[in-house]
Amino acid sequence: MNRRPSTIMKLSATYLVLVILTCISLFPAIWIVLSSFKSGNSLFSETLIPRQFTLVHYADLFSKTQYPVWFMNTLKVAALSTLFGTFLLLLTSYAISRYRFAGRKTSLTTLLVLQMFPGFMAMIAIYVLLNTMGLLNSHWALVLVYSSGAVIANVFVAKGFFDTIPRSLEEAAKIDGASHMRIFVSVMIPLSKPMLTYASLMIFNGAFVDFIFADLVLRTEEQRTLAVGLYRMVSQRNSTEFTLFAAGAVLVALPVTMLFIFLQRFLVDGLTAGASKG
Amino acid sequence: MTKKTCASILSALIMGLGQLYNRQWLKGLLFMVIWGAGLYFIIFHLTESLYGLVTLGEQPSGMVKVGRLTKMVEGDHSIFMMIDGLIALLALLFFLFIYVLTVRDAYLVGRSRDNGEEPHGFSQSLKELSRKHFAYIVLALPFLAITFLTILPLIFSVLLAFTNYADPILPPANLVDWVGFDNFAKMVSLQVWSKTFAGILQWTLIWAVIATATTYIGGVLVAVLIHQPGVRFKRFWRTVLIVPFAIPNMVSLLVMRNMFNNQFGPVNGYLRAFGLDGLPWLTDPFWAKVTVILVNMWLGIPVMMILAFGVLTTIPRDLYEAAEVDGAGPVQKFRSITLPMVLFATAPILIMQFAGNINNFNVIYLLTSGDPVNPDYQYAGHTDLLVTWLYKLALNQSQYSFASVIGIVIFMIVASFSIWSYRRTRSYKEEDMIA
Repeated sequence: MNRRPSTIMKLSATYLVLVILTCISLFPAIWIVLSSFKSGNSLFSETLIPRQFTLVHYADLFSKTQYPVWFMNTLKVAALSTLFGTFLLLLTSYAISRYRFAGRKTSLTTLLVLQMFPGFMAMIAIYVLLNTMGLLNSHWALVLVYSSGAVIANVFVAKGFFDTIPRSLEEAAKIDGASHMRIFVSVMIPLSKPMLTYASLMIFNGAFVDFIFADLVLRTEEQRTLAVGLYRMVSQRNSTEFTLFAAGAVLVALPVTMLFIFLQRFLVDGLTAGASKG
Repeated sequence: MTKKTCASILSALIMGLGQLYNRQWLKGLLFMVIWGAGLYFIIFHLTESLYGLVTLGEQPSGMVKVGRLTKMVEGDHSIFMMIDGLIALLALLFFLFIYVLTVRDAYLVGRSRDNGEEPHGFSQSLKELSRKHFAYIVLALPFLAITFLTILPLIFSVLLAFTNYADPILPPANLVDWVGFDNFAKMVSLQVWSKTFAGILQWTLIWAVIATATTYIGGVLVAVLIHQPGVRFKRFWRTVLIVPFAIPNMVSLLVMRNMFNNQFGPVNGYLRAFGLDGLPWLTDPFWAKVTVILVNMWLGIPVMMILAFGVLTTIPRDLYEAAEVDGAGPVQKFRSITLPMVLFATAPILIMQFAGNINNFNVIYLLTSGDPVNPDYQYAGHTDLLVTWLYKLALNQSQYSFASVIGIVIFMIVASFSIWSYRRTRSYKEEDMIA
């Protein structure tokens, strides 16, 4: 292919823009990672790359704060929410997509309306409700709320996915004598793996980083999750112990970011499907 | 009298009686037990709770003289009574619903008996249930969870808007009362509230428009840039530019908050290194608004880029080839093929993102917390959106009733935009195509 000078100019300009964009999008991540290795504890730094590397802030996280406990709490809450949330989501979206029953339209409209309320408008009520049930300061309260919230947030993406699975598959199974339950478990669930991956990633992420509701429900230091701990650390002492915060931020972000990058393909598919609101 | 009317009437009198008449013994007995338990709860618990929902308590806490001693007597707690009453109301509706269903069941079985069919036995009924009404069985659990954890709290919050539950009227010391539309009226007519409300509403809408437009245009442009023929390592660029989306935004926003720190942050540090004065990124009303929009672009453009990318790959190649044959240049191809296609396919997203930005709590709260404080506002700052104001009103200032009013306003804004857009999307029109 012969390239005219104007094409080469255009391509170089494109690469230049792309490189600049890459720098902008990576800068915060690089900066916070480097800061977490910086000695001292101040925000100000003369150079981007620290003069001395140290791991002391990571060690401090484990010795000075309850980081390991918070980490286990978060993992527990996020894993359980993902499990229950995905299960509920699967049931709801499957039934709504595949069956025509009285009240189906109403359920769809209700879910749509519920999505439009600001999420934490109901927080005070949930707080009072949990209080009366004696579930305050319990991880189960979070799991319950996240799981039911997950259904509302993701039901349309999931329903859209099921809508695209051809009916003939079920009919074939039905002719072979499979019951409803059987079709659901051995035909539909295996087919919905991409959607399930996307949804569970979203639910996991949501539970992992929520600091508003978790802060309201969890009352003691030992029960806290990472996001709450990190948020408190920033709002209370970020100017004085910035590098400690940096180390904390890196450790919170790392698992989720890794998951997102590795499961990129499912994310892209899920997002695209969600956007067209199937 | 035919069997179907007889069974229906009996069933309406006492739940389960119609089933017994239809000789479905086990089913009838089961329904009767439910009926008994239901009546027991209605008489001994629900009526009191429902009464409480109406009055919201009559006995305030206070000192009562008992003999020669004064004792603190705890009065009614209006908020607990309200939740209690709501649960009772839901339970009652649920019970009535089941009642109607059993009458219907008695009628249907009676009708089939009129036609000379044998009524089903109990195990047969169960089998029938799982065959015909599989959807309901599957939906029962999510239904329960959503009703109690989402719908009930939301109704409660909406109801709060019609009470005077705001500091200084806080239970258990005071009783809360229904006040009708008073709070809405205050929001519009009382100077302290209306000024804040108007200011924040205006900024919320401006923010939503700018935030949506910038991320949308930016995302499409970046996608087009990468998608150009001749650009190599497409996968690599895409992966790298997705990174802001992959980092949990709670973390990246807190990091940004430090980056834009006026004195010590690296952004001003670099500006100073180039001999410029640093900008008051987060402390000046105007620049704080610029900062939140810039940061939102950093967060939002990757998402939009992914979506636009999805559209770009679906544009058929031959469209471009045909255009080339007609002698169209790259600019023309972009303007008459790429842009219209992308715009058309992503239009619904635009409205969704707009609604999402109205509710964009994290960006504002984590980056500026709504600051810098505006002295003219009631408990709010220059960058506060309606959502963050709602949060502050409820959790920091205990102005629950006003917070609920704001929540309802947000809902109405979002709902009107969403209804307008959902009407236009494909899925709503094609709904039921596969039935």
